[in-house]
Amino acid sequence: MSVPRFWRKQPQRYNIIGTKCETCGSHFYPPRTICPQCRRDGKIVDHKFRGTGKVVTFSIIRTASEPYDYEAPFPIAIIELDEGTRMTAPVVCDLDEMEIGMPVQATFRKIVADGDSGMIVYGTKFVPVK
Amino acid sequence: MREVAVIGVGLTTFGEKWDTSFRQMCVEAGVKALEDANVDGNQIDEMFVGNMSGGRFVLQEHISALIADAVGLASTRHIPSTRTEAACASGGLAFRQAYTSVASGMSDIVIAAGVEKMTDVDGGVTTDALAGAADREWEGIYGVTFPSLYAMIARDYMHRYGLTREQLAQVAVKNHYNGARNPIAQFRKEITIDTVLKSTLVADPIRLMDCSPVTDGAAAVILCPLERAKEFTDSPVQILTSTQATDTIALHDRRDISTLDATVAAGNRAFKMAKLERKDIDLVEVHDCFTIAELCAIEDLGFCEKGKAGIMTEEGETALGGRLPVNPSGGLKACGHPVGATGIKQVCEVVEQLRGEAAGRQVDGAEIGMTHNVGGSGATVVTNILRRVN
Ligand SMILES: CC(C)(COP(=O)(O)OP(=O)(O)OC[C@H]1O[C@@H](n2cnc3c(N)ncnc32)[C@H](O)[C@@H]1OP(=O)(O)O)[C@@H](O)C(=O)NCCC(=O)NCCS
Ligand SMILES: [Zn+2]
Repeated sequence: MSVPRFWRKQPQRYNIIGTKCETCGSHFYPPRTICPQCRRDGKIVDHKFRGTGKVVTFSIIRTASEPYDYEAPFPIAIIELDEGTRMTAPVVCDLDEMEIGMPVQATFRKIVADGDSGMIVYGTKFVPVK
Repeated sequence: MREVAVIGVGLTTFGEKWDTSFRQMCVEAGVKALEDANVDGNQIDEMFVGNMSGGRFVLQEHISALIADAVGLASTRHIPSTRTEAACASGGLAFRQAYTSVASGMSDIVIAAGVEKMTDVDGGVTTDALAGAADREWEGIYGVTFPSLYAMIARDYMHRYGLTREQLAQVAVKNHYNGARNPIAQFRKEITIDTVLKSTLVADPIRLMDCSPVTDGAAAVILCPLERAKEFTDSPVQILTSTQATDTIALHDRRDISTLDATVAAGNRAFKMAKLERKDIDLVEVHDCFTIAELCAIEDLGFCEKGKAGIMTEEGETALGGRLPVNPSGGLKACGHPVGATGIKQVCEVVEQLRGEAAGRQVDGAEIGMTHNVGGSGATVVTNILRRVN
């Protein structure tokens, strides 16, 4: 992903800052600027998420795309954050540890490196809550 | 709104077509469709071409003009030509646009085509290009692949509905059986449940034999007003309805991971507009990009209760000769999945079935058929219902 494209969303990615609709109380991470329920009646404000949640479903990626093939096999999951919204993220754990319902918490990690000398992308991954 | 008919269909063979270029494939399918419809190129008023990613797969954009030019309708007749894109539903969109163009009275004779050339680039690039059908900033950035998205659907589904690994494999077995009887199919060989269970894991629990392959191919159909159809052919097929629906681009934002709400919406609209019931459908071509997708499609289109499609498949109800033959063409799994062409190819298959021309895989006495084409993990869905004109 291009440098500016990643940089624009850096605070949100690093700190799990999403949004919240004050009209209906829905939380959004990844952030939305329009609440699908309230649309123009919605009042969207930033919201910092706690970073705790559970695994809704998951897979282990074995055939990966470039440049993620260096990392394969790796677990990927849909995580339901405790505030009620869902996001996709890699989980750092043993492959056979993955389980539906597993409690997880966010951690700041390297996501991918674009080749040996390219940009390194950092962001949120999850680890099991021990 | 005018009634609309399909009067001609054309397909290339599907597979790794190293000796055939992008434009050559599309021209071949288009010319076959014109011949089939007894239509002269001079009679074509407009063209729609479905294509997902010429830009990534063959570094070519501006597909609409490229194809109109290649078939000789650009420099001579300057017809309007439009590319449609909705990932794997790009072909479905081209068909629906052609339908609305004829139905509205804007154009009379319209060609809808679909084309994709996927094998010119390496596997890793293909996988990344396909990942563009998901949310690049919030799914793709983490290395999410399409097999892994459908694997997450499969995992959720198996957990909630007790689907067995064998039932899932049976979808591939059935589709390979049908594909072995389709002359254009990429894989013309039958397989067993064991073949699926022993194939390599791509994204757990999805194995290689659960996946549609990477394919080159093109398809085209010719549409005209129903009242003019008999000028061209003795066996026109009427389009009863063509519907389209959307859902969230990211899988994680869906109301329910294992239900494609866009399929539910497009399907309900289709049955309402066509004034038909589920039991009226004689065969359906569904979007089985992965085995789990076929099960979700059968349920979300309303052919059985949620969680029951695995048993239905296991009991042979979706096989040729079953209560509801699903994917007589071999589906995306065995026939192949040139992403932009698939939505048009499904219509070609249904038309051949309704005309009684699907030798070797013919659904006896088929009168009404349906197609279901999905973009991404369920963000776009197109459904069509077609009926033989007697
Ligand atoms: C599953 C997948 C990764 C396999 O690709 P691959 O590992 O590069 O496989 P290869 O091309 O090396 O093929 C290895 C063998 O398996 C066969 N094969 C490849 N994909 C196959 C498939 N899906 N089904 C059956 N056989 C397949 C090949 O023909 C080849 O056979 P051979 O050794 O007899 O020649 C690839 O087919 C894929 O990405 N499919 C999904 C496509 C997709 O996501 N489409 C969009 C859906 S929304
Ligand atoms: Zn709201």
